[in-house]
Amino acid sequence: MDRIILHSDCNSFYASVELLHRPELRGRAVVVGGDVEERHGIVLSGNPAARKCGIKTGEVIWQAKQKCPDLVVIPPDFDRYHRFSRMTREIYLEYTELVEPFGLDEAWLDMTAGLQPGQGVEFAHQLRERIKRELGITVSVGVSFNKIFAKLGSDYKKPDAVTEIPRDRFREIVFPLPVNDLLYVGRSTGSKLRSMGIYTIGALAQFPRELLCQRLGKMGSVLHCFANGLDTSPVARYQDTVTVKSVGNSTTAPRDLENFEDVKIIALVLADSVSRRLREQQLSGRVVSMSVRSSGLCWFSRQHKLDHHTNLASEIAAAALELFRANYDWEEPIRSLGVCVSDLVQGSQPVQYSIFDDTQRREQRRRLEEAMDGLKSRFGTYSVQPAVLLKDRHLSGFDPKESHTIHPVGFFGGH
Amino acid sequence: MKTYVNVYAVFDTLGQIMPRAIIWEDGRKFPIDRILHIDRRASLRSGGAGLRYHVVIAGHQRYLYLEETKWFVEPAE
Repeated sequence: MDRIILHSDCNSFYASVELLHRPELRGRAVVVGGDVEERHGIVLSGNPAARKCGIKTGEVIWQAKQKCPDLVVIPPDFDRYHRFSRMTREIYLEYTELVEPFGLDEAWLDMTAGLQPGQGVEFAHQLRERIKRELGITVSVGVSFNKIFAKLGSDYKKPDAVTEIPRDRFREIVFPLPVNDLLYVGRSTGSKLRSMGIYTIGALAQFPRELLCQRLGKMGSVLHCFANGLDTSPVARYQDTVTVKSVGNSTTAPRDLENFEDVKIIALVLADSVSRRLREQQLSGRVVSMSVRSSGLCWFSRQHKLDHHTNLASEIAAAALELFRANYDWEEPIRSLGVCVSDLVQGSQPVQYSIFDDTQRREQRRRLEEAMDGLKSRFGTYSVQPAVLLKDRHLSGFDPKESHTIHPVGFFGGH
Repeated sequence: MKTYVNVYAVFDTLGQIMPRAIIWEDGRKFPIDRILHIDRRASLRSGGAGLRYHVVIAGHQRYLYLEETKWFVEPAE
């Protein structure tokens, strides 16, 4: 028997929540965006009127204003979005425990146990109506027999709509769609696929799997499976206390970063915040990732597996900077950087050092950083810092640990 | 215009919060005569969402919203 999987996606989530609270702005082009003064000025979410002007998520606010001079820009209120996210989740959980959130505004629901075959669409409409009535925002819902097609369904028709992709008709609905619509086909994978002549999901599904794997590695096989409707991944049981899978921080720098020294300053601040947050939760991790966005908004992320778990800022920063050196060619200055640590273990577990480690030095380093944690928690983040941060206080004077961060989540349970 | 108001309420033994009177901005106190219905609703007119109490105040029916820990009255049409 086929599963009944729903994917519910809150339409223009941040903008919709803001517009609910500001009835006077309804009908106008509205975006939620970062602080223009601090240059964090990108569009996080826009309502349909803003999108009609050609405004896109991720665009710089001054550009958006050129497209639409009457644009209303609202600063984000994350407490509010978290509240609405929680309220949508509470509604989902009334129907099933199998609720797997994907970011603040999306979730999968496995309704197989609670419905008869064929009732998925009717239920999806009930859910859509209920969320609109109780929360004042709209959702698009996809209904299918696997998570990947349920998500495609929720993207298919927006806003406030339901799309079913049943097994007996999935080829006619899914195959003509652009290959980039498939979950996990990003810009880079998309262009690789297009270079192989694969423009649609149908072309991907019919492409020989071995050839895909040659070009894309493991991901080739995964995407081939997705495109053919063979994804069998379960909808995870909802846990209130979400297990932390990674700890990361990223920031848009107050000015574009021009050289390695600039990058080093930002990376040290980020690594310091990440390592303090890891230590607070008694965690340490082994995979360090560095993400980079250039001034041309080109983005990439690279990761490196260390030979031991760590939560030391010095080691995290060193690994991140090493990744950066090996992967950035300075064609453009850099707008934002992110540092993330994953593959986490509880810090109290015994640690197996390799025989070549200088354990004494690491132990000293650990005690030093713990002592600095104590100072920072008593006297503030800036009370004790590496000297290099004093070279450019404008650049280093942000505190990722205390500011709001919402991390993207990965389909495969990490990112 | 959404205006939060002070409310006297009873936290009953079933765990429900039952409003008993509204204190208007100018200090006037309006006892709630009856609660007709309680549901979860968005208030498109005032802008917000929460628990909606359909109440009778001095013969008039009104909607009183509990938004987390704050109360507001939806203006009459």
